[in-house]
Amino acid sequence: MAIESVNDFVVRFANVNGSGSASANLLFARAVMRMGVPVATRNIFPSNIQGLPTWFEVRVCEQGWLGARGGADLVVAMNPQTWDKDVASIEYGGYLFYDCSRPIPASKFREDLTVIGVPLTEICNREYNDARQRQLMKNIMGLGALSAVLDMDVSVIEALLSEQFKGKQKLIDANLKALAIGRDWALANLQCPIGLRVKQADGVGDRIYVEGNAAASLGAVYGGATVCAWYPLTPSTSLAEGFTSYCKRLRGDAETGKNKYAIVQCEDELASIGVVIGAGWNGARAFTATSGPGISLMQEFLGLAYFAEIPAVLFNVQRGGPSTGMPTRTQQSDVLACAYASHGDTKHVLLFPRDPGEAFEFGALAFDLADRLQTPVFVMLDLEIGMNSHLTKPFAWDDDRKLDRGKVMSKADLDSSRDFGRYLDVDGDGIPFRTYPGTHPSRGSFFTRGTTRDAYARYTEEGGPYVENMQRLLRKFETAKSYVPAPLIDSAGAAARFGVLHYGSTAAPMDEAIDMLRKQGMQVDVMRVRGFPFAHAVDDFIASHEKVFVVEQNRDAQLRTLLMTEIGASPDKLVSVLHYDGSPVTARYIARAIADLVARAETPAKEGALS
Amino acid sequence: MTYLPKPKFRHPSIEKNALGLTHRDYEGSISTLCAGCGHDSISSAIMHACFELDLPPHRIAKLSGIGCSSKTPTYFLGNAHGFNSVHGRMPSVLTGANLANKDLIYLGVSGDGDSASIGFGQFAHSIRRGVNMVYIVANNGVYGLTKGQFSATSDKGAKLKKGAVNTDDAIDLVTMAIHLGATFVARSFSGDKKQLVPLIKAAIDHKGPAFIDCISPCVAFNNHDGSTKSFDYVRAHNEAVNALDFITERAPITADYDPGQTQQVKLHDGTSILLRKMNADYDIHDRVAAINYLMKHDVAGEIPTGLVYLEDEPGDMHDRLNTVDRPLNELSDADLVPGSAALAKINASLR
Repeated sequence: MAIESVNDFVVRFANVNGSGSASANLLFARAVMRMGVPVATRNIFPSNIQGLPTWFEVRVCEQGWLGARGGADLVVAMNPQTWDKDVASIEYGGYLFYDCSRPIPASKFREDLTVIGVPLTEICNREYNDARQRQLMKNIMGLGALSAVLDMDVSVIEALLSEQFKGKQKLIDANLKALAIGRDWALANLQCPIGLRVKQADGVGDRIYVEGNAAASLGAVYGGATVCAWYPLTPSTSLAEGFTSYCKRLRGDAETGKNKYAIVQCEDELASIGVVIGAGWNGARAFTATSGPGISLMQEFLGLAYFAEIPAVLFNVQRGGPSTGMPTRTQQSDVLACAYASHGDTKHVLLFPRDPGEAFEFGALAFDLADRLQTPVFVMLDLEIGMNSHLTKPFAWDDDRKLDRGKVMSKADLDSSRDFGRYLDVDGDGIPFRTYPGTHPSRGSFFTRGTTRDAYARYTEEGGPYVENMQRLLRKFETAKSYVPAPLIDSAGAAARFGVLHYGSTAAPMDEAIDMLRKQGMQVDVMRVRGFPFAHAVDDFIASHEKVFVVEQNRDAQLRTLLMTEIGASPDKLVSVLHYDGSPVTARYIARAIADLVARAETPAKEGALS
Repeated sequence: MTYLPKPKFRHPSIEKNALGLTHRDYEGSISTLCAGCGHDSISSAIMHACFELDLPPHRIAKLSGIGCSSKTPTYFLGNAHGFNSVHGRMPSVLTGANLANKDLIYLGVSGDGDSASIGFGQFAHSIRRGVNMVYIVANNGVYGLTKGQFSATSDKGAKLKKGAVNTDDAIDLVTMAIHLGATFVARSFSGDKKQLVPLIKAAIDHKGPAFIDCISPCVAFNNHDGSTKSFDYVRAHNEAVNALDFITERAPITADYDPGQTQQVKLHDGTSILLRKMNADYDIHDRVAAINYLMKHDVAGEIPTGLVYLEDEPGDMHDRLNTVDRPLNELSDADLVPGSAALAKINASLR
């Protein structure tokens, strides 16, 4: 039986890296979205520039689930190198779309599949002389054929092409022609449509489709960042590049043509964080974008920034570690490395956005928090959020919002003879006042150092002032609890015995997993942690449940460790659900694991009743 | 070091500069370095230079790494903000500070371990990036705070106090700085204040990466026979290419020099440098010749000092980045936040 499904299926495009397929694939995804059907798209790509296999997965889902589903109902197999694996990956009764210009032996197919062969190369060779054009137009032609078999509204694709090449009529015409050739061939020669269909719906609303790294970099623009220092590192590179292009658009001085920003590509990550700390010390909002290996290199500086209390923002787009690890795959495995970065007693503020929408929001907020708390703030993205486009709520900004520069004494403050001690806790919240260099001729200067000093920044190696200062830093960290984004609770309604705790990119599959579980009659409360240090609500959530399943995308249950060490949560209560093979965790995986754990937790009670 | 606090009173007739400040206003706290340390002479030269240039101390930012040299910013310009950062990483911190506020004067103080060993990369990249700064290396060829190990500027064949001989080649930061694109490069000697003070003044005035390698003998670990960074050795092998005076309108030069031996270099802001040439053929504007000269004299065991290389119209990092005239740390919310209307357009482009 061939799969029959309207607006709910997964298409996987199997391509060769560098073949120009990406824009046609994206066009397909955007066309589905324009038809009002939500899509969730993912790039699966190797650490390579040209030649190795890549995949682009489009989950078409009218219900709006945005996590990876797993499996594929239709594979568009354009890469002979991965043919066997791609054919094997199709769900039973699925569809295989391929270029049938060259014959493929019958043994290479599966009997349960519906095979859709389109002689794309043959048609292209007939229509075009230029090799590059043959390659590019083959992709568009394939899209045309696909639109026919999936019963898509071709005018939507035509409109997208016209928008994409606006002002370049020749290109528009060429693309429209290729699209029509492919579509017409399919309508004439294939049975259209197949069991999978896209139907106009109303599920997208005003949502936007954007990559997390781009969103975070736009957040940095709105957060008032003026200095960006970075070193190229997958998967964070596009964040710094995004900042560059948004700044070019939004931060030029109209009169002089000069820039209200400075971006420095550094020689390494040590220099990147050094520049950020120097700029932060001098009153500019500064950030770096990096990934795990960069965080490792920055350790010494991060201790200095913590101890000398210098604002800094780090976007960590996490990838699979350790070492070079899986540079093009996703993980949440830098939680501990960031929370406790550097030697000595240190703790850092972390923010966990769920998607590009929160990447924008937290990206801007991070700069306020860094200034307010005078400390490094980490925005914990990952490859799944950063390098994939996601449907997300539109970016919003309140024009009345003011950037919070934190406790800074001005020249007038200093002239009024207010007592200034750089590390003096005047308000009891652990946050001292600071001054920018160059403020006042005779007051407010101080010497910043990583060595110990007293509340007036005077060098001392005495134990008393050292301990006092370290205790104040703890008070400041306590204050931070009320500043980081509060955790969000999705309550099952009735008093549920079990809770689920998660963060970051696990959120999208978690929404779907919880729906699956609740439909099975399993009542669980869900908390999404959005910041560290943990708000008191996290303690309460754990306390009020028999067991809490902590779902993470790393091997060592890193957030669970933080929960135990920072708020003293009982290890017996916290049960891990872990996924760390480099692919984004799926709803199926989470739901199955939690259902198993719930069953196991309930079994001993039954046995007890029987004996 | 001394434990006696400095008396606060000052003589009524003590000399004042154009700002009405005295030398005392350019001091910091009491040095904790060894008595006779060359580094204290550098601190003193910096204070002199700033006093004579009438600079308000708080408009200077002093940054350093880790080591004896890097401790010195505490001992001068007490009204300036200072930053004693991480070993070998002063250049990046200074770069960031400079990006944030182009209006301050940036003084980076480092040592040979800090700049030629652990921080060699940052030294190089801050210079090639064109950061407007005065970068002074107090160069004594030895690690002092860890009690006397060789550094990367120790000459091959130089001896430690206990007899160990350095078998590795030395890094010459002056040659490196020229090669990397520093637009003001000098070498001096902490024992020659007459040469050092005008060099620092000219370096501060210079817009671009100004590098001064200042040989500064370590009295505790590297001032013995067999050392090539001792007071005696440097005095005996010092081969000055020139001596200079830094001339401002306020302090026109009055000394009378033999015209054949002097060269006046006009600078961008109306000031100028008057060079008294020791070596008639030496041209401070010739980068290739400078490197050639340095290497030749190095082979002969001599230590060329003075202003070695100068580019008259340098640009700096901010010119390259085309940043606005106002310091980035003074930009307002209106300058920085594009607002909701711009965001609505971006949203529309993402659907």
